[in-house]
Amino acid sequence: MLNHTPKEVIERKGGLINPAKTCQPIGAMYAALGIHKCLPHSHGSQGCCSYHRMHLTRHFRDPIMASTSSFTEGACVFGGGANLKTAIKNVFAIYNPDVMAIHTTCLTETIGDDIPGFLGQSEVPEGKIVIHANTPSYVGSHVTGFSNMVKGMVNYLSAATTEAKKEQVNIIPGFVNPGDMREIKRLVKAMGINLIMFPDTSGVVDSPMTGKFEMYPKGGTTVPELKDTGNSKMTLALGSFASTDAAIQLERKCKVPARSLKAPIGIKATDEFLMTLRRGLVKEIPYELEEERGQLVDVMTDTHYHFHGKKVAIFGDPDIIIALTEFVLSLGMMPVHVLTGTPGNAFEKEVKAMLLEAGLKGNVKAAGDLFEFHQWIKNEPVDLIIGNTYGKYIARAEDIPFVRVGFPILDRSVHSYMPIVGYKGAMRLVEMISNALLDRQDRDAAEEDFELVM
Amino acid sequence: MSLNEKDIDQILEIYPAKVKRSRKKHIIIRDAEQAHQEMEANTRTIPGIITNRGCAYAGCKGVVLGPLKDIVHITHGPVGCGYYSWLTRRNKAKTPEDGKNYLAYCVTTDMQETDIVFGGEKKLAKVIDEVVEIFKPNAITISATCPVGLIGDDINAVAKAAQEKHGLPVMAFSCEGYKGVSQSAGHHIANNGVLEWMVGQGEMTEAPAKYSINMLGEYNIGGDSWEIDRFLREIGYHIIAVATGDGSYEDLKNAHVADLNLVQCHRSINYIAEMLEIKYGTPWLKINFIGVEATVKSLRDMALYFGDKELIEKTEEVIARETARVQPILDQYRKICEGKTAFCFVGGSRGHHYQKLFGDLGIDTVLAGYEFAHRDDYEGRHVIPDIKVDADSKNIPELHVQPDPKFFKLKISPEKAAELKKKIPLSNYPGMNTEMKDGYLIVDDLNHYETEEFIRILKPDIFASGIKDKYIPQKMGIPSKQLHSYDYSGPYAGFNGAVKFAEDITAMFTTPTWNFITPPWKGKPMLEGAMQKEAK
Repeated sequence: MLNHTPKEVIERKGGLINPAKTCQPIGAMYAALGIHKCLPHSHGSQGCCSYHRMHLTRHFRDPIMASTSSFTEGACVFGGGANLKTAIKNVFAIYNPDVMAIHTTCLTETIGDDIPGFLGQSEVPEGKIVIHANTPSYVGSHVTGFSNMVKGMVNYLSAATTEAKKEQVNIIPGFVNPGDMREIKRLVKAMGINLIMFPDTSGVVDSPMTGKFEMYPKGGTTVPELKDTGNSKMTLALGSFASTDAAIQLERKCKVPARSLKAPIGIKATDEFLMTLRRGLVKEIPYELEEERGQLVDVMTDTHYHFHGKKVAIFGDPDIIIALTEFVLSLGMMPVHVLTGTPGNAFEKEVKAMLLEAGLKGNVKAAGDLFEFHQWIKNEPVDLIIGNTYGKYIARAEDIPFVRVGFPILDRSVHSYMPIVGYKGAMRLVEMISNALLDRQDRDAAEEDFELVM
Repeated sequence: MSLNEKDIDQILEIYPAKVKRSRKKHIIIRDAEQAHQEMEANTRTIPGIITNRGCAYAGCKGVVLGPLKDIVHITHGPVGCGYYSWLTRRNKAKTPEDGKNYLAYCVTTDMQETDIVFGGEKKLAKVIDEVVEIFKPNAITISATCPVGLIGDDINAVAKAAQEKHGLPVMAFSCEGYKGVSQSAGHHIANNGVLEWMVGQGEMTEAPAKYSINMLGEYNIGGDSWEIDRFLREIGYHIIAVATGDGSYEDLKNAHVADLNLVQCHRSINYIAEMLEIKYGTPWLKINFIGVEATVKSLRDMALYFGDKELIEKTEEVIARETARVQPILDQYRKICEGKTAFCFVGGSRGHHYQKLFGDLGIDTVLAGYEFAHRDDYEGRHVIPDIKVDADSKNIPELHVQPDPKFFKLKISPEKAAELKKKIPLSNYPGMNTEMKDGYLIVDDLNHYETEEFIRILKPDIFASGIKDKYIPQKMGIPSKQLHSYDYSGPYAGFNGAVKFAEDITAMFTTPTWNFITPPWKGKPMLEGAMQKEAK
């Protein structure tokens, strides 16, 4: 397994080996699925749309509906206007969504297709909405694409229409699972606060089995809700990479104050999330949530000897990994290798500061790849790897326990329904981390050391 | 229930006029009475229709080149294309003794904005240098993604320079995603390269053993080719190369000495098959190892080609033993499957092949189609001369090969070939249409809307397709089987594969989970009245 990865790290100047990111359009497609009755549309070659639908379907195990402009060589030469106009006509005639959310691809960005220009010449049925985001695949990552599409929602839809801001909060959850989005909504509602979450893929990519296929399931942020985001008292952007840009855009456009927080993964980030809501909307944190927090601290203390002092290597999307690093530090673990594939100095700065504060030295890198991550582990072995499915190859090669967190998870199911955010999510992370380490201890124990109670 | 032309018109009614006209030509109701039913295929996908099709890159790097294990495949482009085609297709491979298996590695030039503006050739050359230093592979391929062609990076020049610099084959494939109309363009581009740069690079002049064959268009999904390999070897065949499942550059370079080429997936590999015949004098045989009956027929056709008594006897011995072993098991599963109906909509050949396996279990395929096939896959190769080459196909280079001065060797005489062609599909594929029953539907480039409509009307018991549409019928309560990835099971080929398939399909029909779809309180009154017993 990965036998050609040498221990010795050589400096590489071009390209990636085993990437820890993918391209913008898939993030834009995922974000667009979080609008109620929306059909994402990929403006480019049809392979892009196919690949993104395949990958999202594998992760969520639910239908991922999206259309494509199906470029041919001719369209590259003459521009994609004709293809897009045809697509818009066909999509509304055949599939009748409320919203069509177009994102671009490396092809259409390279030839310089002018989407707003094309939209001006397209026949959009009355009452229907077309929005777009530019998502060049050669900039940033899938997280950038998510961020750009959320910004597109603000650009096209958010509007300040009331004189006074309403007692409601906008929450941009970031590139997380529907299970996380449901949990964030539960926390906010438990505080008695009205919220608009956007995008919201819960009820879309975790739709129930009813015996009937719904092209547009019940979930997703509705268009009136998206418009109303301009009237909210504040916006909480959960994660600086996936959510902050849209929040700032909303502040600029509709004067809704933006607050950027960590994704609420782990105890500290969840505390900060709830306290920001408490201050911003002047609502007390109810006992129900205080009880959950107390339970989490109880569990963390009960089981600390399962993970205290263990070395861990973490990789994945920046917002998730920043918060997760903070949480493993709260558990007394030692994150010695932390990597994201998404470019951005803020990631390195933030993670390095956390490690420094904890008195730790580690490898921290943005825009890295899993080949290098593996080499780090070869040079400084760890007790646990946390990351998306691709990490299993390294885990097997080095025989290291592995916990699956993030996107994509292609080889295990149910994960997208279960939160890692909030106190409950943190408890689930403690369970996963403990179990992985204890399963390994059981596996490796000599017969005389094999124990009933641990 | 079957459909007539009027039903089809009704289904298509919702379409804008232009779309309606186009789609009508991609749907056939099978009618054997008609001399010939033409299918429009391999034409442009309609924008916005929600197609299942992919792109030329997916067909080239993803399908044909990707499984070659001793080669490092570099994707030149932004990160996505390389990423999505990394380990997702289930083309399994065993690591040879020299350790050269690179399938777990995804190498991409990860083009950035500056590369788009200033060109990516230097970066590509650098990546090749690093790949050679780190991996020391037997060869390197470069597959182009959309922007590469648009900005005019000369990947052939980079490949040529790298080949001279490093002294190993570096092959460039201009398979930009916008080429052609589907994955099919990519197959063709890959086929050209395999033939031009891989086959014939070895030094072998004679077949190393009796009954030497190549297996073409077999990708070892879920271990299929290992099951095929098991009985072919036992019968006495010597497999020189597989294109391309568990295949390698090392094997392919001597593929020219084989006595016969077997073609499993006609669509993705027929170009190579045809060119091998012209260049090296090796005919090809269309076989199908999916389904017991199909496997048995294929084995008998192969034996007939060689015509040796000993081989024919051994073939019959293995067939007798294997069928005696698996038939009673299949008969058990058949009891559950018999009389059910299936939709079978898969890539370029499985849409046809799996009908045989469904048939073994008593399941009737009432709708079949291909995602990216050409007319010959439906109507048979005799229509090839009549196929109009449109603007989208013209851009794919046709390789015109000549008999190879060093390696050409006629493997059988023209007279013998002519005689065999009367009995077996030698250098011929009669297509799917002739094997469909009257009244059944054949649909090319099936889209989401039509999928829903045909399911609504025909109510199949099982839907066989890919990951993108898998969960759609499943939400409706219809078992849905991925026939690209086998739902992570397999092998499904050959004798053992048929048993595995039967087991999986039966589980799909019998899993208790279907019983829970409707909550028990649905349709039940909330208040339950009790009859009072009358006092006596």
